[in-house]
Amino acid sequence: MNELSQPYPRTGVAPVSWFQFATRHRASIASLVVLVFPLVMPFTALAVNILIYGLYALGFNLVYGYLGLLSFGHAALFGTGAYLCGIAIVHFALPWYAAIALGILGGLLMAALIGVLAIRTRGIYFAMVTMALSQCVYYLFYQAVDWTGGENGLRGINVRVIDVFGIKLNFLNPLTRYYVIAAFVIAAFFVLSRILASPFGAVIEAVRENETRAKASGYDATVTRLITFVLSGGFCGLAGALQALHLSIVPIEILHYDTSGVVVMIALLGGMGTFFGPMIGAAAFLLLENLVSVWTVHWQLIVGAVFMICVLFFPAGIWGTLISRGKP
Amino acid sequence: MAGLSLDLIALQLFAGLALGAIYVLFAIGLSLIFGMLTVVNFAHGAFYMVGAYVGVYILMLGGSFWICLIAVPLLVGLFGVAVERVLIRPLYGRGIDYPLLLTFGLSYVIVEFVRIAFGKTGFPFDTPEILQGAVNIGVGYFPLYRLFVIGATATVLLALWLFLEKTSFGLIIRAGARDPQIVRVLGVDVAKVWLIVFGIGTAIAGFAGLLAAPLQGVIPEMGGTILAEAFVVTVVGGMGSIGGAVLAGLLVGVVVSMTSLFAPEMAKVSIFALMAVVLIIRPQGFFGRAGLMS
Repeated sequence: MNELSQPYPRTGVAPVSWFQFATRHRASIASLVVLVFPLVMPFTALAVNILIYGLYALGFNLVYGYLGLLSFGHAALFGTGAYLCGIAIVHFALPWYAAIALGILGGLLMAALIGVLAIRTRGIYFAMVTMALSQCVYYLFYQAVDWTGGENGLRGINVRVIDVFGIKLNFLNPLTRYYVIAAFVIAAFFVLSRILASPFGAVIEAVRENETRAKASGYDATVTRLITFVLSGGFCGLAGALQALHLSIVPIEILHYDTSGVVVMIALLGGMGTFFGPMIGAAAFLLLENLVSVWTVHWQLIVGAVFMICVLFFPAGIWGTLISRGKP
Repeated sequence: MAGLSLDLIALQLFAGLALGAIYVLFAIGLSLIFGMLTVVNFAHGAFYMVGAYVGVYILMLGGSFWICLIAVPLLVGLFGVAVERVLIRPLYGRGIDYPLLLTFGLSYVIVEFVRIAFGKTGFPFDTPEILQGAVNIGVGYFPLYRLFVIGATATVLLALWLFLEKTSFGLIIRAGARDPQIVRVLGVDVAKVWLIVFGIGTAIAGFAGLLAAPLQGVIPEMGGTILAEAFVVTVVGGMGSIGGAVLAGLLVGVVVSMTSLFAPEMAKVSIFALMAVVLIIRPQGFFGRAGLMS
């Protein structure tokens, strides 16, 4: 669309469409929704799950949606965050904030490790290499029984009270727990929005759209990919750490291939490469899973079928389809 | 270590080749489909599992293992053909990720269907009577069935090689993998070729599942584990290269087998270490074309 095709006169203040408004204030809008969200949910535990998986998908979407690399190994980043947070509390009795910080650090480091190897490949290989490497991480954590509890999972991550500057919050109360976790998710919204709005955010999308041109403009595509993957690991590590606090156990299944697959489904369902997509996808996916599992144990059948229909007919996802209708 | 004789190592090498044979079959199907259709079939593990279950079902009906050897690849191949025609074909030209994502969703559906039809627990799968026992192969006694697996794999490979290199249809397939556009211009119905290639690839996957069944039992989740390991094989061998899949499949089998002799707890991790080394030294794999990676 060029300048001449603008539908409104260029004099005075251009009217701001709802889409531009939503883009400019995306982090604030998402935060507001998160704040009122538990009021409309059937039970708070589901709302907490949606928050955590939404954050996990937010991190995944940075790589898949914005950078254009399909990763099938994000379980390794999510799981490492969860295990490091859990290990900090169970084995070292560290306070909750230090444990969360370690979880983020774990996600970043694991992403750097996997990233350095996987970034050497492109396109379709990336999916295969990340999946294989995360399977390797699964086996490593599985065998480190002394640290991770192996097959039984890491138990005993009991955080009852969250102490914030002298205010003691009861973490066992579901609603308090929701808002503590929501605080981190909201912080993540603002950080992600800032990254995407920065010049570096533009480079990420430039590399996705046209690598040759991005390189010709003087940007190092490989380094951009690696940094983006590592950043994604930070978000996923935080999501994993919150998951560990929420469940008070880290099951070994958190590193399983299925955990990598779920986030692909969530991101695609919500709309990849959009800011609100991951959260909407997480809500839709978990609500669907909950509804279906009420009447059948074979919920994977329905979820898989819904995903296939989505790939075939709505590749832009829920939010992506909505904004393509509403865009001026 | 006193217990480690040269014979033991040789036997373990053979065991590795038998294990590798399964990887080879799985990976050549994957590679054939990718080389031709540029589709990474994430449901390949599901087809492998279906192959084993079709075998179980035929045995339940009173059929013999020898009938399975013929019927399983046929039935699984037909299933693959139906999947390509109905689900994958609409996605051509829509980006390389979409068929991958679709087959990923499909694998969930297939696994869950099998759980509904056959239950979650799985079945033991008896080695056919005539293939039980062990034979002396010079360095010691080796299970007959594993020898059979190596032989059956070699037969499939030979048949596939003859088909691809010596028939006119094989020529079309090889040309189509090079440049589908030109092949289409020459008047070949490429869509039909792709359909058949997908069928062949999934038929071999089903055959691999059947061969693996007596070695490791039959459960609905059996395809998931081998998928990740087969990705290692394709990355090491070079995606789309059948020769690479054969060499890398055998190598991965031997590496697993040897590490389980010397350091059993590292057996599962060793092949990923192998992949990491290959990625650092030669990212396109043994026989991969460098350009294919980007």
